[in-house]
Amino acid sequence: MSTVKHFLRTVVGRAYPRLVGVWREKSWLIFDVLFPLLQVSAYVYIYRAIGAPPEFSGFAILGGATIAYWMNVLWSMASQLYWEKETGNLQLYLLAPTSRMAILLGMALGGLTATTVRAAGVILVGALLFRVPLQVSHGALFLGVFLLTLVALYGLGMLLSSVFLLWGREAWHLSNLFMEPVYLLAGFYFPVRALGLGLALAASVIPITLGLDALRQLLYPQLMENFRVLPVEAEMGVLAGLAVLFVFLARGGLRFFENLARREGRLTLRGQ
Amino acid sequence: MASYDLAVKTEGLTRIFRLRKREARDGAREILALDRVTLEVQRGELFGLLGPNGAGKTTLIKILATLLLPTSGRAYVAGIDVVENPVEVRRHINMVVGGETSGYGLLTVEENLWMFAQFYGIPSREARRRILELLALVGMADRAKTKVYHLSSGMRQKMNIVRGFLTNPEILFLDEPTLGLDVQTARTIREFVRRWLEEHPDRTILLTTHYMHEADELCDRVAIIDRGRILACAAPWELKTALRQEAVFRLRVEGIADAKAALDGMPEIRALAQHAEDGQLLLDLVLASEEALVSVLARLSASGARLAELRKEEPTLEDVFLALVGRKLTEDQDEHS
Repeated sequence: MSTVKHFLRTVVGRAYPRLVGVWREKSWLIFDVLFPLLQVSAYVYIYRAIGAPPEFSGFAILGGATIAYWMNVLWSMASQLYWEKETGNLQLYLLAPTSRMAILLGMALGGLTATTVRAAGVILVGALLFRVPLQVSHGALFLGVFLLTLVALYGLGMLLSSVFLLWGREAWHLSNLFMEPVYLLAGFYFPVRALGLGLALAASVIPITLGLDALRQLLYPQLMENFRVLPVEAEMGVLAGLAVLFVFLARGGLRFFENLARREGRLTLRGQ
Repeated sequence: MASYDLAVKTEGLTRIFRLRKREARDGAREILALDRVTLEVQRGELFGLLGPNGAGKTTLIKILATLLLPTSGRAYVAGIDVVENPVEVRRHINMVVGGETSGYGLLTVEENLWMFAQFYGIPSREARRRILELLALVGMADRAKTKVYHLSSGMRQKMNIVRGFLTNPEILFLDEPTLGLDVQTARTIREFVRRWLEEHPDRTILLTTHYMHEADELCDRVAIIDRGRILACAAPWELKTALRQEAVFRLRVEGIADAKAALDGMPEIRALAQHAEDGQLLLDLVLASEEALVSVLARLSASGARLAELRKEEPTLEDVFLALVGRKLTEDQDEHS
């Protein structure tokens, strides 16, 4: 069988449990749509209370939807190999004569698709509930930025997950550490430029920062003129660079950490 | 299929685990898990690694399965160096571990197995055909559509067994495959393994176990391993025949708490194991000759012991282990439990 076919079979095989999970475990409707909306609501009411334009509520809703992706990357990509190690799946993945990147890609595509359903739920319910204007000016560009953001974001997830080949609980703490600070630095609920250009640029290493900024520019072009970090085209360029960099580093990271873990005997060590 | 005579070959294989300071045991920062293990497993063989918990069985399997690197020495699987070319080794092998909880509870048995088949590049239709065929062989044909979280541990292990055989591997590592299973399930798995090898005589299985009867019943050859070292390696009947020149007795005595102390220093005793049961002491004795029994009984009697039962036994692998190691394999299990 060709290598490409084998690669694709692995991707589909690993994506399958995540896709099936959307239909078989409907608790996500509560945990991944309703709960994030509570946080979004808080910001919407603040913006309304201070008399901010309704587009600001749109900022918060878009941010609330993209949080679903960040959570998915942190807990279902980066930390996933920790769980796989604990359940015994990891050694079976590594034992299989297939590409590790294909397994990670399957994990990413499955998670990404499932999360898109969740994110769409947040946007739909949020927009209807708060009657927020959501009008995309350049549909194709919007889709392009969105996809580029996801590729870079899940590339980062793949890179982080390779770390979990070696570490267990320590890396788990790393994921915890990445939660709240990233909520702030990525500007999930407000235009990130408010942090100052320097900090906003530094935070751009998190793909969602520029991705969110570009999406907001395409949704609310006039309002964002005063808040943008970089022009959309430049942000797309940076996102493309990050996507390539993270996927490249993930590939190297997987190989490096797998070898190190094999040497140290940590690849199959549970309860670390 | 690749051309090679030896399915597995190891040369002076050693693995040392280095512990962090806080993990050190009695000040020791290193654990010698494998100590210069040299082994050859022929193609088509069902080879057993028999030893107590912590003997090094799983460490050896992990090295052969490319999941762990040796500290020194060489290992070849299907003629391929596991350190130099792990990717190529993986095309020839699969592994099943006892007590495994792999797979996803949300998926059905069939879906889980299909997913793993995809990692081996097996086309979906072929994978489903094999899955249903193998599930039927382990008595789980009616469970194909059952979600994994509804399975008992025995059923789950049968599913894992199917996963291992699904890829039709040239060399299969079974690490304690019947660990913790009820008698019936364990028997089903053993029968399945035996039948599969009969139908695929060119395939090789390396089985680790601490169940003597399992090794005795299944294996063409057995290596007895303890504290990382191979102590003996031969067919079960050969190991037992070697012991037949000696004499194996089981004694049940009363009125004595420690027979080992009473019999200490008797050169004619090759090995002795004891454990208490219902107020009596059960002794497993390997003696240099039958004649030695007289002096043993005399020594016991002088220590105040009364003989309740005496049986001469045909040697088992348990006796072989006792003679080689100086303790029974089950003593380790008792200590662990």
